[in-house]
Amino acid sequence: MTSSRRTRWHACALAGLLVAAAACGPARPNTSMAGASDAANRVYVAPGAKDEFYAFMSGGFSGQVSVYGLPSGRLLKVIPVFAQNPENGYGYNVETKALLNSSFGNIPWDDTHHPSLSQTDGAHDGRWLFINANNTPRFARIDLATFETVETIEVPNTGGNHGAPFVTENSEYLIGATRFSVPIPQADVAISDRASKFKGTISFVKANEAGKMDIAFQLLVPGIDYDLGRPGKGPSHGWAFFTSYNTEQAFTKLEVNASKNDYDYIAAVNWKALEACAAGGKARSWPARYAHNVMSHTTHQATTEFKTAVNVIDPKDCAGSIYYLPTPKSPHGVDIDPTGEYIVGGGKLATVIPVHSFSKMMKAIEEKAFEKDVEGIPVLAYAKVMAGEVQNPGLGPLHNEFDDKGCAYTSVFISSEIVKWCFSDFKVVDRVPTYYSIGHLMVPGGDTKKPYGKYVVAMNKITKDRYLGTGPELTQAGQLYDISGAKMKLLLDFPLIGEPHYAQAIDANLLKDKETKFFTLADNAHPWATKREQDAGISRQGKTVHVKMTAIRSHFAPDNIEGVQVGDTVLFHVTNLEQDWDVPHGFAAMGNWSDAELLVMPGQTRTLTWIPKYPGVYPFYCTDFCSALHQEMMGYVRVSPAGRAVALQANVPRPAAAPPAAGKR
Amino acid sequence: MLPLRSRILLAAAAILMAGMFVFPIWSVALSAPQYPEGLAMDIRINTITGRTPNDLGNINNLNHYIGMKRIEPDTIRELRLMPYVVAALAGLALLAAATGRRSLAWVFAGCLAVFAVAGLADFWWWTWDYGHNLDVENAIIRVPGMSYQPPLIGTKQLLNFTATSWPAAGGLFAFAAAGLTGLAIWFARTDALRQRHAAAAVAAVTGAERVA
Ligand SMILES: [Cu+2]
Repeated sequence: MTSSRRTRWHACALAGLLVAAAACGPARPNTSMAGASDAANRVYVAPGAKDEFYAFMSGGFSGQVSVYGLPSGRLLKVIPVFAQNPENGYGYNVETKALLNSSFGNIPWDDTHHPSLSQTDGAHDGRWLFINANNTPRFARIDLATFETVETIEVPNTGGNHGAPFVTENSEYLIGATRFSVPIPQADVAISDRASKFKGTISFVKANEAGKMDIAFQLLVPGIDYDLGRPGKGPSHGWAFFTSYNTEQAFTKLEVNASKNDYDYIAAVNWKALEACAAGGKARSWPARYAHNVMSHTTHQATTEFKTAVNVIDPKDCAGSIYYLPTPKSPHGVDIDPTGEYIVGGGKLATVIPVHSFSKMMKAIEEKAFEKDVEGIPVLAYAKVMAGEVQNPGLGPLHNEFDDKGCAYTSVFISSEIVKWCFSDFKVVDRVPTYYSIGHLMVPGGDTKKPYGKYVVAMNKITKDRYLGTGPELTQAGQLYDISGAKMKLLLDFPLIGEPHYAQAIDANLLKDKETKFFTLADNAHPWATKREQDAGISRQGKTVHVKMTAIRSHFAPDNIEGVQVGDTVLFHVTNLEQDWDVPHGFAAMGNWSDAELLVMPGQTRTLTWIPKYPGVYPFYCTDFCSALHQEMMGYVRVSPAGRAVALQANVPRPAAAPPAAGKR
Repeated sequence: MLPLRSRILLAAAAILMAGMFVFPIWSVALSAPQYPEGLAMDIRINTITGRTPNDLGNINNLNHYIGMKRIEPDTIRELRLMPYVVAALAGLALLAAATGRRSLAWVFAGCLAVFAVAGLADFWWWTWDYGHNLDVENAIIRVPGMSYQPPLIGTKQLLNFTATSWPAAGGLFAFAAAGLTGLAIWFARTDALRQRHAAAAVAAVTGAERVA
């Protein structure tokens, strides 16, 4: 960095323009592509050719996950997770609704932040993707064969599930931490009693078996705010690290009152010790109420189990399970390098990037090099655990990802740039602007033992002049940089869904041969599945009318329904009889005010709830252009006034008479 | 008696015919813009199967647009007969090879020829029937003058589908068996002729002696 630029930095900082720093930062050209045609070649994936990586981007306040191809930046799919998705009926239809169940009821929306790919031996294994719900604390599992949400679990005793769900190196646990401390267990107390009455928790959720997520144990921690976390790897496997802020324990005007201390902490948690303590009976079972929801790919239905207790461990009962590493100025991210030795903080208000050493930390623990303790938790001496400080990292370093050559890439929010530095000397070797206000960044495999080191993706909060304007609400965006050489090069801008927080990317070869193309109809164990047209039909249970319906190119069976009355609730159980790839059928009935449409995959059964309000004859139709005769794929349901005696009937085709021609000819 | 090499060839023909029980005899493959991965059905000695478990169902589902009958292997009488016919033929070949009886070889060759011609004719007729006897009343797509008979051998465009039909491994074995049988018969004939010439020469010599 030149001295004149450094002066600019200081001037900016002094001017207190920390937040509106788009105007500060290094002077930059509007584009910095090293040669547009070279960049275009690097990201061009020819029609019909496929991308090298699947990138899973959190949808932030959209509650979803979006799947992009890299390097092209092409959107492949939006996976609904913690928000209803009218596009395919997720969270509306009877089958998927339960995935949104919580102890607060069925929640139509949440805020997803951090996708985390399952790992084996510290590398991606392509089984699952996990993601958190930040608002009402939950975790989700997405199956990477179907790209569908298959399991969600609520995390009790947590306020703001932000430091989550980062997966341990063999997918033993998802880690999580409470961003906002709250009374634990919840209680009606004065907010001004925060310091004495609020607590935090750090959670370890069993993840290694599909359908069996479980809160293994929660560590009760002092009531400060915990921000982000990362499990250790290699030598530090068995530990997990969490940043904290608001060690001031402020409860009003946090932007000022929680920014006073020069040092907050990174909590180092020894989960192997916690496991041993839990096994040794040191955990206490606390009453709690939380939902665990599982989707079955045989019944095609999600079911909910409410759990009533959770194992809580007090650090006083489990010596050596947690230490605090002093870390400058309200650190945001904490990231572990591929070797597992370095613990990199993101001191978002700090003037350096602090890097701790795991081996030094272990030595300091052994030597009991403690500065003090906080509620019985030893605080290690900063000088004893620090491996180095990266100078001049820019304003507001947040997150770090790593390449395969011993270097780190730090997102720097306020000065809106990516800064590259290496562990060999902790010196900045390159920096590139981002457009604008980068949050997280992602190197494919950049949080694992085996980073790919080809690209880094910036996820930007502000895009202002980068795209055609769209009124007050503008897109947020990704930017793809080439990091294969000594200097980073901007290759591509591409808009993203919702607010991209974190992302993960996986080698496409790990997924492309295992995708589910359709569900096997013979295995469909949905209680209302209809496997042959002649088994379709209609039945009444009091005021509920069940219609068993099939869909195949290009008709529904039945397609004429009579005998429904105002006051009935009609459940259309639609089974897609196709056994071929890429042939979903849609279903919607006029006036389906309580539901969105159904999008039914081949071999699957989905149920639409339809509550007619007025007598009449209402059309229903296939909403997914499935075939040449798609427009003909429709039917009618007749609704009679309550009490009018119209026979219940549905025109189900009878099986054709034994085929005469073929045998006889 | 059959010469040894004819008997070996007939035994080999029988073994090749056994291959028809293992491998598909004929394959009809379909591709279309919507089916870049293709659909295919394999005609086996006693059934018709999809190349993947769902290909036949998907072919039937597509065929309903043009009013074609469903292909139901269980209702096709030829497929019930064919294993017995082929087994009998192979048995006949083995018997001819074992006994070396010329008449058996001739009977076998004749039956095989009849089977081959009748089989191909029947297959052609079967595809003609499926391609032409359409349920026109209920056909969704009706193209005047269009029929949907796939080729016996080769490639043909049927609306959006390109249909390609070729003998598969089992069919090639059958052709090879026919070839070996032809060869066996030819050797049997040439050997017989040679023996007859030799005998005639001997007779001529001995006759001359006797005269002398
Ligand atoms: Cu349809």
